[in-house]
Amino acid sequence: MRRQSIIGASLAVAVAMSLSACGGDSGGESNTVRVTLANHVWTENVKQALPAFEKETGLKVEITQLGEDQLSDQYNVKLNAGSSDIDVMMYRPLQEGKLFAKNKYLTDLTDQVAANKDWDFSDFQSGPAEATTYEGKPVGVPIITEQEVLYYRKDLLEKAGLSGPPKTLDELKAAATKIKEAEPGVAGFVARTGKSAAVTQFSSFLYSFGGDFVDSAGKATVNSDAAKQAYAYYGGLIKDTGPANVSTDMGWPEAMAIFTQGQAAFYTEANSLYKNATDPAKSKVSDQVGFAPFPAGPAGSKPYSIPSWALGINDNSENKANAWKFIEWATGKDQTLVQQKSGVPGARSSVWANPEGTSTFPKDMVAAIEASTQGGVGHDRPVVVKVPESREIVGQPIVDAITGKDAAASADTANTAFQKFLDDEAK
Amino acid sequence: MATITPTKAPRDASLATPGWVRWANDHRKWLLAAPAMIFVAALIVIPLVWTGYLSLTDTEGSVRADSEFVGIQNYLDVLSDFDRFWPAVGRTAAFTIVALLFEVVLGMAIALLLWRPFKGQKWVRVAILMPLVATPVAVGMMWRLIFDPNIGLANQALGWVGIAPQPWLSGQYTALPTTIFIDVWQWTPMVVLILLAGLTSLSDEPQEAARIDGASTWQRFRHVTLPLLMPTVIVAVLLRGIDALKTFDILYATKGRGGGSFHEVETLNVYAYGLSFDYNEYGVSSTVLILFFLIIIGSMWALTARRKEAKR
Repeated sequence: MRRQSIIGASLAVAVAMSLSACGGDSGGESNTVRVTLANHVWTENVKQALPAFEKETGLKVEITQLGEDQLSDQYNVKLNAGSSDIDVMMYRPLQEGKLFAKNKYLTDLTDQVAANKDWDFSDFQSGPAEATTYEGKPVGVPIITEQEVLYYRKDLLEKAGLSGPPKTLDELKAAATKIKEAEPGVAGFVARTGKSAAVTQFSSFLYSFGGDFVDSAGKATVNSDAAKQAYAYYGGLIKDTGPANVSTDMGWPEAMAIFTQGQAAFYTEANSLYKNATDPAKSKVSDQVGFAPFPAGPAGSKPYSIPSWALGINDNSENKANAWKFIEWATGKDQTLVQQKSGVPGARSSVWANPEGTSTFPKDMVAAIEASTQGGVGHDRPVVVKVPESREIVGQPIVDAITGKDAAASADTANTAFQKFLDDEAK
Repeated sequence: MATITPTKAPRDASLATPGWVRWANDHRKWLLAAPAMIFVAALIVIPLVWTGYLSLTDTEGSVRADSEFVGIQNYLDVLSDFDRFWPAVGRTAAFTIVALLFEVVLGMAIALLLWRPFKGQKWVRVAILMPLVATPVAVGMMWRLIFDPNIGLANQALGWVGIAPQPWLSGQYTALPTTIFIDVWQWTPMVVLILLAGLTSLSDEPQEAARIDGASTWQRFRHVTLPLLMPTVIVAVLLRGIDALKTFDILYATKGRGGGSFHEVETLNVYAYGLSFDYNEYGVSSTVLILFFLIIIGSMWALTARRKEAKR
């Protein structure tokens, strides 16, 4: 008797457990919008403005905030599994845009962007809007744009007897060498050195020497004469005038730290990160930082000018209408102006045309941005589906040049590998 | 007499019970094991089989994308890859063997020191076990700061004694030894813990007998303590070895994705991670993971065989 009742009871428990496991939330249209965002000044601004949006619409916004790498991993896991628990996603159009669109992770926004005339999709700069379009359909809305500019230390330049920031790459090299020799313990130049991380900031050097990752016919060109010169220049500049014992793993946080610790005179980086250098809480040299347009090479000054982040809607989301409401608000003219006034460059032409839109930027930064958007190139990395792999291939010669290896030979090897990669992807 | 119950009553009861209870009673050994079996199947067997299946396909981009069955093509590709796969195998082996060697030797030395009671033993034990309770990612970040080539404490300390700064984690050839050092720093205490438990359970008689026979301290360790402790040593090697093979957190926290610009600390685990999360090559990544799984099983099997031998 007793044994039987025990078995009966445990069966009942097991059945109850499996039933409860089958339950769970039913999903569907809800008043809660789940938004996944990257760690960025933009995100902090959104969080501040959010209560007003929630009050106005009656929606509740749940924000998950992650670092860039963790964000990528999160998308890989959740979107791969077809999860519906992300509604709005902040993503990098040039890094993951093609992959996500190809995998059908991103909702086609054709109808949404046309619905509201006041919101005005045509107001977005054409370059960024193009980068968030896949096969003719808009799949994202650009929120942050960036160009590469030259960060420099006014005090060190003055001490070295230089009247202003270098206008060409030759002048940059001469100035960096001079300061490195004159100031023990201070590097003339610093920039990203990690194989993958450096590619985007190297791209402006590549374009300004007259090269690109691929030519118009889609063939790999990272061993062209221009590319070889660019690799040798970038790597050589860091090797000869960079910090002693330079690490070959530096991304922007590490390179920025060297600059803001007062240990380097010149630094080429995305302008969208400038607050890190001018904020006294983060930078020891905040009052001495100047900005200049990217120095001209043999082909002129050709920095990248790209949308670094965009918002999209997860195609598996069951809450697309409310997700769009959030995007419409966060990318609207008012919010873009608020963002830009706090130092985050946006993608709306009207905000750039509005004097208020650039009122808080340093004067020399505005000039540098204006110069960059004119001659700028619309990509800062190979435009492919598998971006991370391609970055490792084309980034190898950078690291080899920094460590004093033969950059030209390395570029030849990289070109062969890159061509094979392109062929594989075209299959 | 009253305690002897008639045998008839239960039989009647069983006839009265509904059929499903009788069925459950007949199959109770399966039924009671079922929750555990379902758990194992759902969390271990199914993912493993799925990984095995993926390794035979050319899945890339998304696991829900169309893919083709390619048989053992991935295995042939991976096993003939001398750029990334085999160097990663070499690094995994080097990392594990060197780290394990230091951990066991140091762990044994420390365990022997802590074996006999002394004043302040409690505090020394706590201090030695400290690294064990720290999270590996935090440990990685801490050492990354200490070993920073420009502003790190390690190079400053070298400067005080007049030694030139070293690249440590940022050097192409010094990165792997440095990560091994960090692993040894963090995990030696675990070996100490296991060995100390083994030492405490040893009886005193063989030691005393050896002492009476005039054996020196070294002889007593070599011929009495060590053989008696061997099964415990192998347990320590087994547990620590599997862990070391699978090390990921320390490597990722110190060198990031891909194990550095020259893949200088890219072990199999880091490589497989890169294949799935950076390259989205889920087929190839699964192949590497299956091969890695076989390597771990193989080394485990070899070690347990040794353990059985030692026990005999």
